[in-house]
Amino acid sequence: MGRELGLQQMVGVDGGLIRFGRDRPLVLESGARLAEIEVAYRTYGRLNAGRSNAVLICHPLTHDQHVASIHPLTGKPGWWTQVVGEGRPLDPAKHFIICSNVIGGCMGTTGPASNDPETGRPYGLSFPMITIADMVRAQTMLIDALGIETLVAVIGGSMGGMQVLQWAADYPERVFSAVCIGASPRHSAQNIAFHEVGRQAIMADPDWRGGDYAQAGVRPEKGLAVARMAAHITYLSEAALQRKFGRELQRDGLSWGFDADFQVESYLRHQGASFVDRFDANSYLYITRAIDYFDLAASRGGVLADAFTAARDVRFCVLSFTSDWLYPTAESRAIVRALTAAGARASFVEIDTDKGHDAFFLDEPVMHRALNGFLEAVGQARGL
Amino acid sequence: MSLGEPSESFREIVRLVRPGARVLDIGCGEGALLELLAREKGVDGRGLEISPRGVQACLTRGLAVVQGDADRDLHDFPTHAFDYAILSQTLQQVREPRSVLVELLRIAERAIVSLPNFGHWRVRFSLLTRGRMPMTASLAEPWWSTDNIHLCTLRDFVLLCRDLDLRIEEAAALDGGRKARPFEPESALENWRAEQAIFVLGRL
Repeated sequence: MGRELGLQQMVGVDGGLIRFGRDRPLVLESGARLAEIEVAYRTYGRLNAGRSNAVLICHPLTHDQHVASIHPLTGKPGWWTQVVGEGRPLDPAKHFIICSNVIGGCMGTTGPASNDPETGRPYGLSFPMITIADMVRAQTMLIDALGIETLVAVIGGSMGGMQVLQWAADYPERVFSAVCIGASPRHSAQNIAFHEVGRQAIMADPDWRGGDYAQAGVRPEKGLAVARMAAHITYLSEAALQRKFGRELQRDGLSWGFDADFQVESYLRHQGASFVDRFDANSYLYITRAIDYFDLAASRGGVLADAFTAARDVRFCVLSFTSDWLYPTAESRAIVRALTAAGARASFVEIDTDKGHDAFFLDEPVMHRALNGFLEAVGQARGL
Repeated sequence: MSLGEPSESFREIVRLVRPGARVLDIGCGEGALLELLAREKGVDGRGLEISPRGVQACLTRGLAVVQGDADRDLHDFPTHAFDYAILSQTLQQVREPRSVLVELLRIAERAIVSLPNFGHWRVRFSLLTRGRMPMTASLAEPWWSTDNIHLCTLRDFVLLCRDLDLRIEEAAALDGGRKARPFEPESALENWRAEQAIFVLGRL
């Protein structure tokens, strides 16, 4: 299958599921404990003898650990093949690339759809609230289990970028370099508002059943699809939508009804319908909430720079996109300002594109050259 | 760029910087000066550069450089965070030279500013005889395409420093490719002779 899709260069695709025993619970930011967690992950490439070439990719809200290999549910290539692969900024021939499904997710790592070991039934809404910091803590448990002390790079876009910042704040000694793409140090009111629309759509679906849909053998597909449709608009830009669809019609002429007359409607419906095949509605609730709760400066008296005081030796690369209105450049500049104030080694590039927030996993040569240059220099400094 | 001979101007700036200092290079281009400073003086360098292409070249060199504009983004840098803020051949291109100079000495203990001298005899001669905007080695672009919007003479610069309560600690003159030589900033003769100058500024 990999051969058919031209992914035969993916050497050493590996990974699996790590179970942590009762004695190693995940202690959550809320104070709750999550026992017997499982973390599903993928790796590409090989860990070198000095264990110095490990890179952790933090995935965004709606993606998972299948970064550069065939997705088991959709059969499609991974979501970040633009960045991970032979001759790409992250090259399995050079790096040992790890990506794990976040805690609260639905692709193998413990989340609300998993069985609660206490009851033997799916957690549903009894799953504890999780945060970005909890996702990162679960990742440290994984890299501990893989025998990795420090990561040559932690890299991610969007929610992944938030995890990158959290890594630098909480575990700076384990991070040699950090790449934060199209992210923010805190979720804005507008972003929380969009998430709330999505959650209300899910909870308004009669099949959601107060979160216990699994027991009833149903899924709130309509609600989740609407959530995805609303969110997907925020990942694009007006210019990109206009360029891609304009007012083009699906068929000749209008239906004079509420069918998907316009191509953009049909596109969004498709986005919604295909999303429900690979994502769990409760996971969507929990992870969007984790993003809403993210505010790196909040626990530090509102001073973001204080989050990075121990991260002075970390090499940071912050990237933003001109047309990203979900996490606009001003948010990335706030990160850079704080890093500079903390005395950290921060670099920042704003990439000129009309593709909006989603530009970070599309074909953006300027971003790839910047990543390549940064990671090349990091590799040299690390002796790779 | 790093492979080429560093310009006499860069060599002089490197000479002026204390070893191991914290340096911010504003308008750092592709990072040639920062790289030279790191190699020769072991500085802890940062850069600010307006062009994405320049920033990208800096990333490849392993330099920490932020994309931004000297006129707009200097306020993002914390107070007294650097030993030196370097503004090499950039002051004449900013919209607000006065506030940029003030910002330099908020951010750093000292500022190193290099600029072309519009009072140089060749500039004066060219304007006098030809009646056209001068084009010389250090002012190579025609008036309609140059980025230089705030050219000044050395005398103008010295007066501005006085006005802003900035102390000129050192001054070096550059002519052609010749070795930089120290000069007396108040000298009327140097305002004719120096093609470019480098100043080390401190707060009074």
